[in-house]
Amino acid sequence: MGSRVTRRRALRVLGASLGGSAFAYAVAPVAAFVQATNKEEFLQQHYRELTEAGLADVLRRLEAETARDYGADVSIRDPRPLPDVQFGYALNLSVCIGCRKCAEACHHENNHDRRTNNSYIRVLEMTQGTMDMEQGRADYDHAVPAPGKYYMPVQCQQCENPPCVDVCPVQATWKEDDGVVVVDYNWCIGCRYCEAACPYHARRFNWHKPEIPADEINPDQAYLSNRVRPQGVVEKCHFCLHRTREGRLPACLEACPTGARVFGNLLDPESEIRWVLANKRVFVLKEELGTNPRFFYFFDT
Amino acid sequence: MATPSHRISTIDHRVNYAKFLWRALSASTDGSWGFYAVMTALSVVALVGANAWAQQLVHGLATTNMSDHVSWGLYIANFTFLVGLAAGGVMMVIPAYVYRDQKMHDVTIIGELLAIAAIAMALLFVVVDMGRPDRLWHMIPGLGRFNWPISMLTWDVIVLNGYLLLNLHVVGYIVYQRYLMRRPNPRWYVPFVLLSIAWAISIHTVTAFLYSGLGGRPFWNSALLAPRFLASAFIAGPAAIIITLQLVQRLTSYMVPDGPIRTLLQVVRVTTIINLFMLLSELFTEFYSGGAHTASARYLFVGLHGHAELVPWIWSAVALNGFAILLLVQHNVQSRPLLMNVGLVMTFVGVWIEKGMGLIIPGFIPSTLHEVVTYMPSANEWKVTLGIWAFGGMLYIVAIKVALQAFAGELHRSIPPPRRKS
Repeated sequence: MGSRVTRRRALRVLGASLGGSAFAYAVAPVAAFVQATNKEEFLQQHYRELTEAGLADVLRRLEAETARDYGADVSIRDPRPLPDVQFGYALNLSVCIGCRKCAEACHHENNHDRRTNNSYIRVLEMTQGTMDMEQGRADYDHAVPAPGKYYMPVQCQQCENPPCVDVCPVQATWKEDDGVVVVDYNWCIGCRYCEAACPYHARRFNWHKPEIPADEINPDQAYLSNRVRPQGVVEKCHFCLHRTREGRLPACLEACPTGARVFGNLLDPESEIRWVLANKRVFVLKEELGTNPRFFYFFDT
Repeated sequence: MATPSHRISTIDHRVNYAKFLWRALSASTDGSWGFYAVMTALSVVALVGANAWAQQLVHGLATTNMSDHVSWGLYIANFTFLVGLAAGGVMMVIPAYVYRDQKMHDVTIIGELLAIAAIAMALLFVVVDMGRPDRLWHMIPGLGRFNWPISMLTWDVIVLNGYLLLNLHVVGYIVYQRYLMRRPNPRWYVPFVLLSIAWAISIHTVTAFLYSGLGGRPFWNSALLAPRFLASAFIAGPAAIIITLQLVQRLTSYMVPDGPIRTLLQVVRVTTIINLFMLLSELFTEFYSGGAHTASARYLFVGLHGHAELVPWIWSAVALNGFAILLLVQHNVQSRPLLMNVGLVMTFVGVWIEKGMGLIIPGFIPSTLHEVVTYMPSANEWKVTLGIWAFGGMLYIVAIKVALQAFAGELHRSIPPPRRKS
């Protein structure tokens, strides 16, 4: 009896150590993940809870990380919303030719992953006579503009009532005082509930670590906008806040060859966007959902 | 507190509980060769899954076939199904505690253990779906920023963890008391059991609201979603428990009475029919009215723009559920175990398809910009998924083993030395 018990015990000890080492072997790749992160990043507070000094430390750290991981010398700032500014965007569907220059400009300005050719803008080729998106295609591949077609670029609508912000379980995304919906890429847990909630396909997830050659990285960066995003977090259009909060125009607008895009301060009665809203027949996408977009579409004629 | 139990309560629970845990661990790693064979096989699958997840953690969710168009896939599908499975045990609790069915009372622990294993799996499926599991602490109230009560996901975190704790408390308390060879005091567990009834309903309802609250996803944005979740949960849960009870009867010395199986079978008969009825209601509404908002349902059931990946998948679910009804409504089915078990397995698989991939994927197809981007899980996703199921299976087997040993009086504290005079 005694020897049987001992044998059984010996077998169990053997089994436990085999199982333990098999487990260690199975999860060994995790070590690479742990090595890629660091204590400061792991313990970093939410953007809105950072002190001025704490934020400065974070910005320097992120610059150092970009230098280490991408070999690029970048500067990361944190421009704040301007007082008495509410950004709005309008797009003239009568002149848009569907060339996708805006999507390309976004790709370069915002340090998107090169492998997937990511961009915050998707251009739909629509058939004349219908506004039904089901009749549209985003994967057209021919000379534009094609006869019988019109083109509708779609990006974040910066909703007044953004469903993506409501659903986030950790408040990693919110609406800034100038109306721009932003993401704290260092707070997002990557659950992608916002991506499911967005009715405009405006959000993107970093399925892998973005790949960008050092000489192609745009060094003019901001914390809440175009800095290189980490793997496993969600990102979205931020109205190029690193430009627009400093008086410049969004990259997609500057790239548009037909002048279809109008950007400005909705609170400024002299602004072009206010003129468009007052004088053109303007509409918003999926108005029935009650999201109340800040992005408007109009026809010239 | 000078009650008669005063003397007994001077037992040092710190020592006893530690010993109890040690004995339980010992009991859970001891068994027949068949037990070792099953556990070894499950361990291998679980380890393959753990390795696949480790790869995913390093290389990113690009190892899955999800995309910005179909941003949730096999993981969230299994999560959804498992939340339903977890609440199945409540169909034992209600007869046992509300209708005072004593025979059911004796085996209710099986349902509670199923709930524990299913919630553990559900939570693991959420963790493996996260892009940054290292940031889970951002959800802890006080430490992070918990977006409660606005985000339905925070409600889900609360109800799922709450349900897990409730069941862990009830099971842990009862098994520990059995180990001490004492009668469990109803005051310490009955209120929690009754609370768990309402709580079981809440885990489904909140999980359904996760999806039905999204105005931009017409396929999910339906008031019928939560009721359908409940109906299908009360198919899968009781079906799994009936099969477990038969296995317990066959593989252990524990005597399982006939009554509970009969009661649970009645539940499954009703819920399979209700579930099919609700499916018909949805199909009618979607297809009779037509229009763009029915595109997802068309993709799922008949195909859309030449894409029909899920069509055979969903029709097999409908067929499985339909045949299961035909088998299970036979009045003598309980005396024909083969027939009954085939029916139960069919409907279990049918619900897994319907409340898994059949619910999650069409929500994303077509996308919100009406693009059709299809999705089939990658090999790595399947590995992680099977790994979690294997781990859950191990948890379930071990938990039942320990609990039933305590119930049978085989696992108890060593007889104390003769009491000294006080």
